[in-house]
Amino acid sequence: MTLDRRSFIQGSAAAGLGLAVPSLFAQNNEPVRVGLLTVKTGPLASGGIDMELGLKQWLAENGNMLAGRKVELTVADTGGVPANTKTKISELNERNKVHVIMGPLAAFEALAVDDYIRDNKIPTLSVAAAEDMTQRKANPWFVRATSTSSQSAHPMADYCANIKKYKRMVVVADDIAYGHEMCAGFQRVFEENGGKIVQRLFAPLTVPDYGSYLAQLKTNADAVFLGFAGSNGFRFIRQMNEYGLKGKIAIVGGMTALDEAVLKNMGDEALGIETACWYSAELNNPINNKFAPAFRKAQGYDPGFYAAATYTNAAVLDAALKSINGNASNKEGLMAALKKTNVPTARGPVTFDSYGNVVGDVYIRKVERKDGRLVNVVTKTYTNVSQFWKYDPKAFLANPVYSKDWPPARNLE
Amino acid sequence: MQFWVIQTLNSLALGGLLFMLSSGFALIFGLMRIANLTHGSLFMIGAYIAASVLKGGYSLIVAALVAMALVGLIGAIIERFILRSLSGNSQGQVLATLGLSFIAADACLMIWGGDPIPINAPEMLRAPMQMFGFMFPTYRLVVLVISMISAVLLYLLMEKTRLGAMIRAGVDDMQMARAVGIPASQLFTIVFALGALLAGLGGTVGGPMLNAYPGLDADMLPLALIVVILGGVGSLIGTFVASFIIGFIYTFGIALVPDLAYVILFLPMVLVIAFRPSGLFGTIRA
Repeated sequence: MTLDRRSFIQGSAAAGLGLAVPSLFAQNNEPVRVGLLTVKTGPLASGGIDMELGLKQWLAENGNMLAGRKVELTVADTGGVPANTKTKISELNERNKVHVIMGPLAAFEALAVDDYIRDNKIPTLSVAAAEDMTQRKANPWFVRATSTSSQSAHPMADYCANIKKYKRMVVVADDIAYGHEMCAGFQRVFEENGGKIVQRLFAPLTVPDYGSYLAQLKTNADAVFLGFAGSNGFRFIRQMNEYGLKGKIAIVGGMTALDEAVLKNMGDEALGIETACWYSAELNNPINNKFAPAFRKAQGYDPGFYAAATYTNAAVLDAALKSINGNASNKEGLMAALKKTNVPTARGPVTFDSYGNVVGDVYIRKVERKDGRLVNVVTKTYTNVSQFWKYDPKAFLANPVYSKDWPPARNLE
Repeated sequence: MQFWVIQTLNSLALGGLLFMLSSGFALIFGLMRIANLTHGSLFMIGAYIAASVLKGGYSLIVAALVAMALVGLIGAIIERFILRSLSGNSQGQVLATLGLSFIAADACLMIWGGDPIPINAPEMLRAPMQMFGFMFPTYRLVVLVISMISAVLLYLLMEKTRLGAMIRAGVDDMQMARAVGIPASQLFTIVFALGALLAGLGGTVGGPMLNAYPGLDADMLPLALIVVILGGVGSLIGTFVASFIIGFIYTFGIALVPDLAYVILFLPMVLVIAFRPSGLFGTIRA
């Protein structure tokens, strides 16, 4: 049998296609590698475990796909220790060659890996609130779809001054950057709206007991603002009751003081307390109406701040990747797309400012009992809240970062 | 006036809790020279066990008994099967107890999860007590009373019983104690279990003030170290006095100079080590 020209051409074309097709195929089907930096051991574990659960639920609901591409998820446990966070992020980057990082959880962890993210140009969707990472020292590879420390405190202060008509307030918080930033933002807006912060108490994160602080609490103020993270707010409120302060002074809270994760272990002492946060499991929107009941069914409790954070991040990442045809290797393109994202999520519509921080709704929530469990019922919505509140970004950034010293407390008694 | 009275009561209650935490640590350190770094974990395990027993509908007294028994047993097992083989190797013991504390922390996280678990005081002690025109948590006064009772019982045990005499002899001179026929190995197991049991009691009694939560171990261990170093190694009276000194310094310190809260906690320890290395009532020369 002789090889005629036609069969030769056919044969080589087929061979060529055979070679070319799988490689084309492979390129389109290479998975998107996502690294989740979370905390599964130690005191911050409950939030970290919820971060993983929230992300996995989104992936399960979407066929384990982001923008039509398979997802390869690697979960790293930092233990909430900044040094470990640094080791884990380099592992995710160098060994797992991830395209995108989600996390870390805590502000001091984010600060620890700030330089690594810059140097290695890793697109990062953070959960941590460290203000300056999207302000004066904005990291170009860092976007945050949750909020800065003070982003929910500004509207809470507006609410306290203008709706609740509080005149004199006390702030109490953990003695860490998150507590300082939240209380400083609260104080600034509250005092600019005619209120006075008459006392500030910052307790060490690991204080064994709040008795000493409670004995000093100025009960002649109208209300106390709690800037606690994790379980500390929960201890503080219980001890307020033990010291007979219940009903003597109103309580309002920052975004994590009465998070759903804490609420599930509380009792009647939490009823009626109002807090401000960018999420509530009770939010009534089509996405959350699907997310929250499904999460509750699977885990036996309501999703809170941390579960919603990664669930929202996944939706944002999906939308951004879709707009660049799923090409996760295009880092610059992905960052530009992330900052241009405008997408409905479980927390409501989400867009970003030019610093990479979210502009989204913040909700005033009130603890009520519903179906035998405590929930954060949404009573008021502040729409499209920016990290700069109503201030001009340039003027805002000309000031020092929020801290214990700025803005100064001039009305202490 | 009200400020001073409430802070004084706060100091006494915190001091009582610190004594329950530290006395077990002091016993173990005094007799066996083991800086037991699982002591905070034993306290935390006590709190968690108490929380579980309370959830089952039993009273706080039952919870305390169960926690003391189980934590005491854990202590005996740690001494018998881990520390025994490391006797004389103090670095090995410190590392082993440190490692155990990590294992305990993760085990608690696995069993009880990451969320804080509230421990409720008995219904009748929950309402604040009204006196002289101000309010104070009733339960804290009960903590003070319980700590006083356990201090008296410990004192009687140490001063009036044969076991106490053997422990005191061991603290003073272990080699001589062995020579006169004190069964050191059994004594070690008993003392370690007793120390653990006291930590379990502290965890239960402190529970309604602190809750059971991951990280409670790391919050409590330094306090036990501070109290024992201040009071002097090997002295139960030193531990008792130091607990209340720290209770007062801590409570008034953070109320009067809040910015120095961390300094205030460690300053007394630094001063004592600088001027009296063996502690206020120390019987062991360094």
